[in-house]
Amino acid sequence: MNLAQNQSDELFRSEVASWLEHNLSGEFAKLRHRGGPGDEHSFVAERKAWEQCMAAGGWTCIGWPKQHGGRGASIEQQVIFNEEYARAGGPGRIGHIGETLMGPTLIAYGSAEQQARHLPGIREGREFWCQGYSEPSAGSDLGNVKTRAEQDRDGGDWRINGQKVWTSWATESNYCFVVARTQPGSVGHKGLGFFMVALDQPGVTIKPIEQLTGSSEFNEVFFDDAVCANSDLVGGPEQGWQVAMALLGFERGVSTLGQQMLFQNELDEIITLAKSNGAYRDATIRQRIATAHTGLRIMRYNSMRMLAGGDDGSLSQEAMIYKLYWSSWHRNLGNLAMDVMGAQAQLLAGEGYQLSRLQGLFLYSRADTIYGGTNQIQRNLIAERALGMPREPRG
Amino acid sequence: MDFKFTEEQTMVFETAAAFLAETSDSIAVRSAMVAANGYQPGDWQRLCEEMYWQAILIPEAYDGLGLGFVEIAGILEKMGERLCCSPFIASAVVVTSALAAAGSQQQQVDYFPRLLAGQTAALAYLGRSDRWDSGAVTATLVADGDNWLLNGDYQLVAHAGGSDFLLLAAKQADGQLAIAIVEADCAGVTITGHPTMDQTRPLATVTAVDVKVTAGQLLNSGACCAQLVDDLADIGAISLAADQVGGSQQSLTAAVDYTQERVQFGRTIASFQAIKHKAADMMLKVEAGRSALYYAACVAEMWRQGSAAPGQLAEAAAMAKSYCSDAYYFVSGTAVQLFGGVGITAEYDIQLYFKRAKSTESYLGNGSYHRERLAEQLLGGVNSAGEEAL
Repeated sequence: MNLAQNQSDELFRSEVASWLEHNLSGEFAKLRHRGGPGDEHSFVAERKAWEQCMAAGGWTCIGWPKQHGGRGASIEQQVIFNEEYARAGGPGRIGHIGETLMGPTLIAYGSAEQQARHLPGIREGREFWCQGYSEPSAGSDLGNVKTRAEQDRDGGDWRINGQKVWTSWATESNYCFVVARTQPGSVGHKGLGFFMVALDQPGVTIKPIEQLTGSSEFNEVFFDDAVCANSDLVGGPEQGWQVAMALLGFERGVSTLGQQMLFQNELDEIITLAKSNGAYRDATIRQRIATAHTGLRIMRYNSMRMLAGGDDGSLSQEAMIYKLYWSSWHRNLGNLAMDVMGAQAQLLAGEGYQLSRLQGLFLYSRADTIYGGTNQIQRNLIAERALGMPREPRG
Repeated sequence: MDFKFTEEQTMVFETAAAFLAETSDSIAVRSAMVAANGYQPGDWQRLCEEMYWQAILIPEAYDGLGLGFVEIAGILEKMGERLCCSPFIASAVVVTSALAAAGSQQQQVDYFPRLLAGQTAALAYLGRSDRWDSGAVTATLVADGDNWLLNGDYQLVAHAGGSDFLLLAAKQADGQLAIAIVEADCAGVTITGHPTMDQTRPLATVTAVDVKVTAGQLLNSGACCAQLVDDLADIGAISLAADQVGGSQQSLTAAVDYTQERVQFGRTIASFQAIKHKAADMMLKVEAGRSALYYAACVAEMWRQGSAAPGQLAEAAAMAKSYCSDAYYFVSGTAVQLFGGVGITAEYDIQLYFKRAKSTESYLGNGSYHRERLAEQLLGGVNSAGEEAL
């Protein structure tokens, strides 16, 4: 155990930093620090072009194996990339879901034909993805999926009917991966399929959900006889749960680590503000800023322990607490930002509910402790899986 | 950055756990709590002879083990799990670090063998208890011919009772801070033990009246030791954080085990979500505290090797001590709650963890104290420079 830097990793870090410095310029300079939570719909076309610029430089999908067009970057290097990306103010990644969720899932579970059809588009920043898991009656209880998929005939197309909700980026995406019930009358985790559904078709209707930030990252997606070719079913028609859970495993991977640099940017902004507006004199604000600083550094060391635990994705003790830890920390940071701003926090930049980054942080961070497994679900998981306490009764 | 123990370290910690399970069980702890100086000399001798942990920070050239703070932190975690009653932190960590960092060759030749043989020592520096850095020193060292006279009262000296020698910090006429090595039984030195709420951590007052000090007794060749005292306070704080992580872990483990056995309403109370969620919150704090500790242990090791950046040890200690102090209080207090009625009996050990949480929380600075230190680093002081001079 030591804090020494690995030399080749530090070389990699400077390579990333220098590439970003050169390329987040000119037409892309205006994208710095844009497109984050609460600012999702800024510069969408430009950010898609930015994805293609990154792809041309070989900086998308760096964690994918080389045979699938990635760099086969180590976890440490992926963390470094995400850190430098956030440090440089790289814009919110529209390709994020394809790169970190769909791609790895196809690499693990997709057929060679499916991989050939989708991986290049994801890698090159041409094909964007969203996630169709949650439904109005399937939130924390994901097994309660009601969306149905019926096959015309053996080997034929599937017709999908039902509704998904909380679908990030649906309006900007080309495809949605959808968990749907292939076996009529089946319940829970059984009888589900995992479908790659094209969104640009008559059977799909997308309705943005206006959020408390005034923006709408999330959407409702309605399927009315939406068509999905049998070749876009990943795994067997009853393997959907297995594929869906594996995908969630990827979600807990390195992509959450790069966000720490975003958090650092936010904390730095709060500290700068506190120094300039006099809030730094308030003893409780001083305590809370020190708490936030300590909390973020601990988050980093939690990650370092997770990474030291190996690449197999199995959840160690420190990994079990990760979501509960960062989401609670971030939500507290949002409140700290408001308290450092004081009553001035109520003043918006202009009409149209324009929020500053710190104002948006306060409102958006309320979602952190809800999506991806609420804090209550996280506590159940910790108690049951890490501490061996009895499982919740299920209806 | 590598946050994994080596195989050797893992082995050291497994051995430590096994040794402490045998030598620091509930009976041993309760016997030490009422012993003369808060520990059983026989247990300490056994620890020194069988484990040789007093030698961890002593260089190999002096027949020590020449290991570092990662080993220290891991062993202290195990000691914390077992409420181990021993002068290990005071003697084998703080005093040994002081001698290694600022002892002359002659002092090292004189004192390392005594420590290796199982003698113990403590650092006394606190003349006031509202701060824990070198600014708390009030004792004086006044020239007397070629020598000096040391006078002062030292409060809250952990494990001073039973020490063979002491490190006494004192201010000289020019404001420079000195540390003198003094025999515990020399003329003018009085050590008075006090009954303590947490009986696993004895505290004493040390009084020095016209204690004669020669040049050969001064650390750092007589040069100012203010930075050293600050650093040693941080080393002590990191050590306590390690004890707190271990104690928090054991409080959690014991509480969860108890809830798995205790049946009410026809089911184990562990099956109630209200209980599970408390346990989950406890585990979060234990693991986060452990992460803070491991970082701090790495920084302490860099400090020992002279490669820590300025302010890095202070920051690491402040983060670890503030987080782990609050975590231990929360986790042990919640554990008492989960034990229910038996949690507040003397018979069950969980109350001992709760008391140790509170005593280690305040000692060397509580959470608020260390957060304000961090705030100074992040935000600067509250007052103008003129006000600070007061």
